[in-house]
Amino acid sequence: MQITKKTINHVANLARLNLKDEEVNTLLTQMGEILTYIDKLNSLDTSNVKPMEHVKPISNVFREDVIAPSFNRDDILKNAPEKEDGAFSVPKIMD
Amino acid sequence: MTIEKLHVKLINKEIKVEELVDSYYKKIKKSDSKIGAYISLCQDKAMIAAKKAQLKIDNNDNVTMLTGIPLAIKDNICTKDIITTCGSRFLETFEPPYNATVVNKLYEHDGIVLGKLNLDEFAMGGSTENSYFKSTKNPFNLERVPGGSSGGSAACVAADLATFTLGSDTGGSIRQPASFCGVVGLKPTYGTVSRYGLVAFASSLDQIGPITKTVKDAGIVLNAISGIDRYDSTSSDIGNIDFNENINKDIKGMRLAIPKQYLEGKISPQVKESIKKALNEYEKMGVTIEEIDLKLADYAIAAYYIISSAEASSNLARYDGVKYGYRNKEFSNLIELYKNTRSEGFGDEVKRRIMLGTYVLSSGYYDAYYKKALQVRTLIKNEFDEIFKKFDGIIGPTAPTTAFKIGEKNNDPLEMYLGDIYTVAVNIAGLPAISIPCGFDDNNLPIGLQIIGKAFDERKILQLAYAYEQKTKLYELSKEV
Repeated sequence: MQITKKTINHVANLARLNLKDEEVNTLLTQMGEILTYIDKLNSLDTSNVKPMEHVKPISNVFREDVIAPSFNRDDILKNAPEKEDGAFSVPKIMD
Repeated sequence: MTIEKLHVKLINKEIKVEELVDSYYKKIKKSDSKIGAYISLCQDKAMIAAKKAQLKIDNNDNVTMLTGIPLAIKDNICTKDIITTCGSRFLETFEPPYNATVVNKLYEHDGIVLGKLNLDEFAMGGSTENSYFKSTKNPFNLERVPGGSSGGSAACVAADLATFTLGSDTGGSIRQPASFCGVVGLKPTYGTVSRYGLVAFASSLDQIGPITKTVKDAGIVLNAISGIDRYDSTSSDIGNIDFNENINKDIKGMRLAIPKQYLEGKISPQVKESIKKALNEYEKMGVTIEEIDLKLADYAIAAYYIISSAEASSNLARYDGVKYGYRNKEFSNLIELYKNTRSEGFGDEVKRRIMLGTYVLSSGYYDAYYKKALQVRTLIKNEFDEIFKKFDGIIGPTAPTTAFKIGEKNNDPLEMYLGDIYTVAVNIAGLPAISIPCGFDDNNLPIGLQIIGKAFDERKILQLAYAYEQKTKLYELSKEV
């Protein structure tokens, strides 16, 4: 499948990445080559094959709901780039 | 020196843990400026741990094979209060508030953590050139890569800058660098080792495993780090087993399969020759070798890069400049904060995988790529299941070449991905596999032999690998630098 600049820019937005023009051009070539290579999967007939997300056939692993100490707030916040009043700080998201 | 030998010296009081640890730091200070295996050292903590370990040895109090043994850890495995960078600018100053389960287990054995090891950023790559901090050099030739992504872990053992190390393997990241650096690398069955505290790359494929000088050492480390963990719901209850229990048993009568696809195509003639010699050695030991047709061998890389990139794009969404790690100072709203932060925080290879993963999961392409790859995953798993009904293991090369030159494949990601041809299918199917040294090429670079086993049959691949290692004496290939 051929990939276009428009698609690259759309995907970059979904991935929350800014790309410079030269990065878009490089990715256009590199992703184009990778996707062309990947297209070889289309020569396999998988019409009746179940997709396997995971090798271990587990869905939910439940445990008893027991109260136990969790991380201390300061430990969790110590790596935050910006914090305020014991919370992560982000720019205003609504007016 | 091996874990086994050091253990004997320690319990016989021929050497004290503090002297041993000190001698390792001296060696690191002397040679690591040339190799670049370590990202950080934790000498103060290590000396305290060494004292404690010595006390246990003196009092014969819960001494295990790993008590007092100096080790090092790939820098994508969380160590409490020791910076864990993942080789990324994003996590340059990140101090995890907790230990990975494997780290806790090693501490329980009083193993001594010397420091943290270089890797391709977020474990994405096959050369350790994608680290934000530096490239690691191959101890056998400083102009060559050590492989990757656990390049620091493999180079560290090869240069004897730790007795053993931990790596992680998502598509070959333990085995390929082990092969390039002439050491033993074991990728356990998915679920054997807890992934809690391993910074996620592709969660359905990632496993932590040991890199060691000998096969027996790999089993010793696996004994210590494996087992079910309430913090990783995909970990398995394997019971209380000794992975080395069958290691001395005769392998006569076993059956090994060599996929014909593994000796065709883009394989270096010298690697091929070396593998053929290894097959002969096995035949001499009474093992039956049979060529098989692994029909899906050529599709594994394509399926792997879809699945691993898709999972990576989802896992790496957490790096948003809010909870931990790097934050770009320039933004006028939240979306800009995310975008400016992620664009500066990630390197090129990580961005490429996030882009590929986001693309294959995006509306309109999901069925054509992601779902298709998961269906091929089923076929690959089924093909392996059929083979293991007839065979004890699959044998072949770990990588199509020996270590390449630094910079050689930098501008061609697809070429780099194709080097994973023999390793990725193992992760797709969740199987255990080991890489052991089997010779050298004309440039005196190590060649690796891979043995793949059926799920949870690590004991058998260790047994097969050990028999070969003892016969060829290709072990403890330490390279003084």
